[in-house]
Amino acid sequence: MSAPTQRAETDLTRAGETGVDLSDPRLTRFDLVREGARRNGIEIVLYEPRFPVPGSRVERRLERVVALLFLIAGAAGLGFVIAYIWWPWEYEFGPDSLSKFYTPVLGVTLGVSLFAVALALVAWVKKLLPHEIAIEERHDGASSDDDRQLMEATLANAGQESGVSRRPLLKGALALGLAPVGLAVAAPLIGGLIRDPHRPMYDEVGVSRQFHTGFHPGLNGGRPVRLVREDGTPIRPEDVSVSGQITVFPGIPGGTTNEFADSPTLLIHLRQADADELRENLYELNQGSMLGNFVAYSKVCTHAGCPPSLYEQQTNRLLCPCHQSQFLITDNARPVFGPATRSLAMLPLDVDEEGYFVAASDYKVPVGPSFWER
Amino acid sequence: MTSIVKPSRLKRRKQQLKEMPAATGRGLDERLQLASPPARSFLNKVFPDHWSFLLGEIALWSFVVLLLTGTFLTLFFEPSMDEVTYQGSYTALQDVEMSAAYASTLNLSFDVRGGLFIRQMHHWAALLFIAAIVVHMLRIFFTGAFRKPRELNWIIGVALFWLAFLLGFTGYSLPDDALSGTGLRIGHAIMLAVPVIGTWLAYALFDGPFPGELIISRIYIVHVFILPLTVLGLITLHLIIMFKQKHTQWPGPGRTNRNVVGERFFPRYAAKQGAFFFIVFGAIALMGGLFQINPVWLFGPYKAAVVSVASQPDWYVLFLEGATRLFPAWETRFTLFGEHYTLPNAFWPAVLFPGIVAITMFAYPFIEARLRKDKGIHNLLERPRDVPKRTAFGAAALTFYVILTVSGANDVVAKVFDISLNAMTWIGRVGVILLPAVVYLATYRLCLGLQQHDREVLAHGIETGIIRRRPDGGFYEVHQPLGPTDERGRGGLEYTGWTVPKKMNRIGALAPAVRGFFVPLEKAAPPSPAPTRAALEEPGPNGERPSVEEASSDQKE
Repeated sequence: MSAPTQRAETDLTRAGETGVDLSDPRLTRFDLVREGARRNGIEIVLYEPRFPVPGSRVERRLERVVALLFLIAGAAGLGFVIAYIWWPWEYEFGPDSLSKFYTPVLGVTLGVSLFAVALALVAWVKKLLPHEIAIEERHDGASSDDDRQLMEATLANAGQESGVSRRPLLKGALALGLAPVGLAVAAPLIGGLIRDPHRPMYDEVGVSRQFHTGFHPGLNGGRPVRLVREDGTPIRPEDVSVSGQITVFPGIPGGTTNEFADSPTLLIHLRQADADELRENLYELNQGSMLGNFVAYSKVCTHAGCPPSLYEQQTNRLLCPCHQSQFLITDNARPVFGPATRSLAMLPLDVDEEGYFVAASDYKVPVGPSFWER
Repeated sequence: MTSIVKPSRLKRRKQQLKEMPAATGRGLDERLQLASPPARSFLNKVFPDHWSFLLGEIALWSFVVLLLTGTFLTLFFEPSMDEVTYQGSYTALQDVEMSAAYASTLNLSFDVRGGLFIRQMHHWAALLFIAAIVVHMLRIFFTGAFRKPRELNWIIGVALFWLAFLLGFTGYSLPDDALSGTGLRIGHAIMLAVPVIGTWLAYALFDGPFPGELIISRIYIVHVFILPLTVLGLITLHLIIMFKQKHTQWPGPGRTNRNVVGERFFPRYAAKQGAFFFIVFGAIALMGGLFQINPVWLFGPYKAAVVSVASQPDWYVLFLEGATRLFPAWETRFTLFGEHYTLPNAFWPAVLFPGIVAITMFAYPFIEARLRKDKGIHNLLERPRDVPKRTAFGAAALTFYVILTVSGANDVVAKVFDISLNAMTWIGRVGVILLPAVVYLATYRLCLGLQQHDREVLAHGIETGIIRRRPDGGFYEVHQPLGPTDERGRGGLEYTGWTVPKKMNRIGALAPAVRGFFVPLEKAAPPSPAPTRAALEEPGPNGERPSVEEASSDQKE
């Protein structure tokens, strides 16, 4: 302990020197408390009972308040248990079902009960327990010089005795032996997780799911994949009214499920003027992908993968509700606002011999969010 | 039968029962030396008292509630993406195909007695947990409690913040409803945005293309085992270090850099902590019962093609969401050795930006110590006004954070206030650059002004509001000096880094309040005598009242 700066510290030092004889019969119990604290380096400088004269009117009132709070806690807790058991809790449809109040009733009874316990404890501590101020010494900074010297010697000795420094063979063997052990532990933990994103998911097709969607003809035995509704039914051009739009999926097994989460596509029947405008604007890549006035865009945002599904008919924009990227459908679904940088991919459309929409081929570019090796 | 037991034996039994606590104590002491000084020092340990020291405790107790409620939820939740047909009692989703995870969340909400209550408590506790961590961290930051020797605990605290963030994200992704699925989808896109290894990372975590069949069960084990265990361990370490280093304290009478002034742990401080647990628990119970949160049954199961408007993450993710929304449409494409590569847009706001924020947070104590050339040990807190640069930097950073958070819900703001959505994005883009600078300058000036006012009151005393007229016709205001003054009426008190009383009633110019809520429980002090003419005509701008010695060290109870 370094130079004391506080008056309390000097008291402390003095007490430490003289000490208190614990067998002294004149000592009160609080004297012992104070002495115990003092031997821990703590000086209780103020300790005053709230009520020097016991049984005063204020004290009795506070006692009653604390007791009342505990009783409220008990009553509310009991209310919780009663409601938990007997309140109708099973879900019932309808405006006047009592079951919809089940959770609120549980919350209020338990909340009131816990709050009452808390208030009772706070009132007890703040109003009834003696007020005190205690001062404790801090021991900051480095250990004493002696201690450091002893510790250093202990560690250095262990290092010396093990002889790693003067036995280079051991040093080398330690590194060569332990590194592979570490790798052996890590390998199954990490290696088991690795999946090659470029490896074809379906060997017979030879396409990676990172670069292709469910519209790849390879997934349909080499035939073009039909565009189907969520319930799996195929679509004819006349099913989509002018300026109407419909979400379509690849007509393959599992094509409408989350297994093909990159495949949902927005099929739009453009108005004549809009279709003409789009035909004029078509990128070279998208040439021939429209079918009459129909166009199909990937429904996976090129920014973060949400479905840009809000179709503003007035402005011909598709809005993604996640980050507000906006795509102009009369211009190759080019992003015109927000963080997206790439157009939504266009699905080449065709109709099969039965007159249903099919994808002439898979998307010509990977759909969805950007990635490094795109 | 009691009649078999003789009265004397009964008496002895009673006596033994009465002595049981003492006997148990003796027995334990014989085995564990529980009466030794280290054990006693645990009970006697002194904690300083200030309301702001309890903020971290809200986080601690929220975490306890999270563990309790979370354990209950695991008894019913099924972390599986198997397709099932819902057959529970919620009629609106009858016969709908969904994942087992979503179906079991519905069952938990509708077909488990009190399940919805516990689920909502768990979610509210999570929001409170992270909110308390943030507010606690702000307290530590603005008062300089992170300085030497507490840098290690600051680092643990920052790690806890990010772990809590991950805990929250993994937690709300579990139900596999339309909203959480959208969140996962964005998380997947952010993984893809990591340069070079993005696709490998995403494929490793999702076991193939999004969403795959394993992600919910993987997130589940992270959420219920790996992260909680890590957080529990770090919280324990956080508390042990705090215990070892002893809590910081505000400057004040008798308080030095080398002591702690406060209350002993046992009984007062321990009882207060217990009470605080019940307050936090009670607040969470009330919220869990009264305020609906994350009604997953309204969102429906996750389908890749479905999204709803106003898809917002939980509040603590909003700043990242906002950064992602505001970031301009920049994306780098380049060709290397004939191969095409892309540095995705989401890399900047969702990978690099949080990375920089995290590193800055971890490194801040060392950056500040270096800038201030400060290697000293600090156990006394600094008032924010006394360190204008740090305070201004913190306020600017907070402004930055708040703008991003608001921008994370800018579509909702646009809808509620009928503002153009695109305008909101641009307001955010401009505001996030401009406003922090403005706030920095304003805060800096504010701090200097407050400092100056403290010195002014120490030198000239408190403004009493009493205006006097001099014989020559000039007016002056009577000031109450806080200590002895020199012949020119100037106080010689030094600023001690603590509150300077600036109102007359802060130095006891008002009589203490009479106790009693409905009826007075004690007699009011007699009113002070009306001022006499002689007293009022006493000359001089100062010294109307006897100086109050202890006033400069006025201290909140």
